Amino acid sequence: MEKVGVIGVGQSSFVRGYPGSIRELAFEGFKEAMEDARIQTKDIGASIIASAPEYDKQRSPAGVIAEYLGLVPQPTFYIESICSSSSMALRVAYSMIKAGLHDVIAIVGFQKMSEISSGESQERMGRGADIQWESPFGTMMPAYYAMYANAHMAEYGTGEEDLAKIRVKAATYGQINEKAVYRKPVTLEMFADPESTMSATVAKPLRVGDCCANADGSSCIIVASEEKAKALCDKPVWILGLGAASETVNMAGRDLLTGLKVAIEAGKQAYTMAGVTPKDIDVAEVHDCFTIAEMMAYENLGFAKPGEGKDLIGSKETYKEGSIPVNVDGGLLSKGHPIGATGGSQIRTIVLQLRGEAGGMQVKDPEIGLVHNIGGVGLYGNVTILGR
Amino acid sequence: MAKKEVDDRFKRFGTVSFTAITKANDFISYLEKGKVMGTRCKECGAIYFPPRSDCSKCLQSNMEWFEVSGTGRLLSFSELKYGPVGFEEDLPYTIALLDYGDYKVFGRISKDLPYGDLNVGMELSTEPTTLPNGQLSYVFKRP
Repeated sequence: MEKVGVIGVGQSSFVRGYPGSIRELAFEGFKEAMEDARIQTKDIGASIIASAPEYDKQRSPAGVIAEYLGLVPQPTFYIESICSSSSMALRVAYSMIKAGLHDVIAIVGFQKMSEISSGESQERMGRGADIQWESPFGTMMPAYYAMYANAHMAEYGTGEEDLAKIRVKAATYGQINEKAVYRKPVTLEMFADPESTMSATVAKPLRVGDCCANADGSSCIIVASEEKAKALCDKPVWILGLGAASETVNMAGRDLLTGLKVAIEAGKQAYTMAGVTPKDIDVAEVHDCFTIAEMMAYENLGFAKPGEGKDLIGSKETYKEGSIPVNVDGGLLSKGHPIGATGGSQIRTIVLQLRGEAGGMQVKDPEIGLVHNIGGVGLYGNVTILGR
Repeated sequence: MAKKEVDDRFKRFGTVSFTAITKANDFISYLEKGKVMGTRCKECGAIYFPPRSDCSKCLQSNMEWFEVSGTGRLLSFSELKYGPVGFEEDLPYTIALLDYGDYKVFGRISKDLPYGDLNVGMELSTEPTTLPNGQLSYVFKRP
């Protein structure tokens, strides 16, 4: 079967208060991916632009960004599934290449979150849930995930310190990732210290240290047909498996509160398509918008049995030297989470890992990597498996 | 010619409503009468909370209202120390999910029920309430 390969990856630094417009931000990730792929804009058959709306004023950002990147007159359009937008765009690009419509496609994810205040940002994200029946209660993303955390704690005895260990790991790698927004270490002591901002409650039981950092950023993934990838690229990374699923937007429709059904379902699809099992994964990027989200990802993707995620992080198996390294680029927690750019950044990390180019974050000789990218509170789920 | 009257009752739901017009507007009138209501499909019997005007099981739109009564089991909850824009005056508040067996109800815990008294598995009831700003809502209380 004809394969689809990743031939170029790039991302901007993830920062607070990017000193430029969205098109200029998008240019940064695109330029790096183009230099990585060593191709010209005329080689690209189409572009897909991914972000979540309402953070900036531009309506229909695809046209503006495609023009700025020099991708006119090729077709361009916008894909949105909140935080998993760029993984969803990768899924669409894959299908367009498989269908023979194009042989090279650029996926550009971006988000400039700093144009609005943190409270406004929480209101926007809260409206990524059910605006008719839930937002009137004053919901926001940390509180929804906090409900999952309380349910997980009640069911499995998971503790606040188990969650804090995930943040400590993220910060270990955020310190060495030049593109991360949060470059400082985090210790368990900081979670226990009332003087530390890390210990301040956001939505019980989640504290500031349990929550990812808002950031401005862009990412770009360039994919190509097997023939083009082999012709253009020395080290293409192949898309082995793709999974995607959705879940009820309203919490009242959910029957699992200790894990995300979209992750379980998308994971199953991706494993089946790739013909691999969780044991075959050498390195993973999971959507750690909150520490509890990474804990559930361990269990939903089969790296640990339900309730045993705390043992996996407790024994440091998800550190770089462990049996299943997870988020060794700092994750969303330390690298930052510019919504529409996040999935592309996760793909980039795995591609660099599989090419052996991850520098100080490099895992020993990985062959198969996995990306778990979630939109909203488990509303949309994408799992992508990549291989050399 | 008389201006057509707009039925925007739903703008009265919750601290801040983001929806004004819905076919489920009678939900608000029931709240005013002290009842929290869901809908049941008269064709196939499917039960919905929050209420729906159209059935996703049989794709018919022939619904009847039923009252949320008795108690539901507390599935999970979280107390917010920070809130979105528009909800600052309510802080802190606790959101929660109750399981009534055939359906679940998402909402807020009553302010008179301390966070420390909450446990997953406890039974709570759903009661209509009028908020300080005059808006209509419902809260979870000890039965």
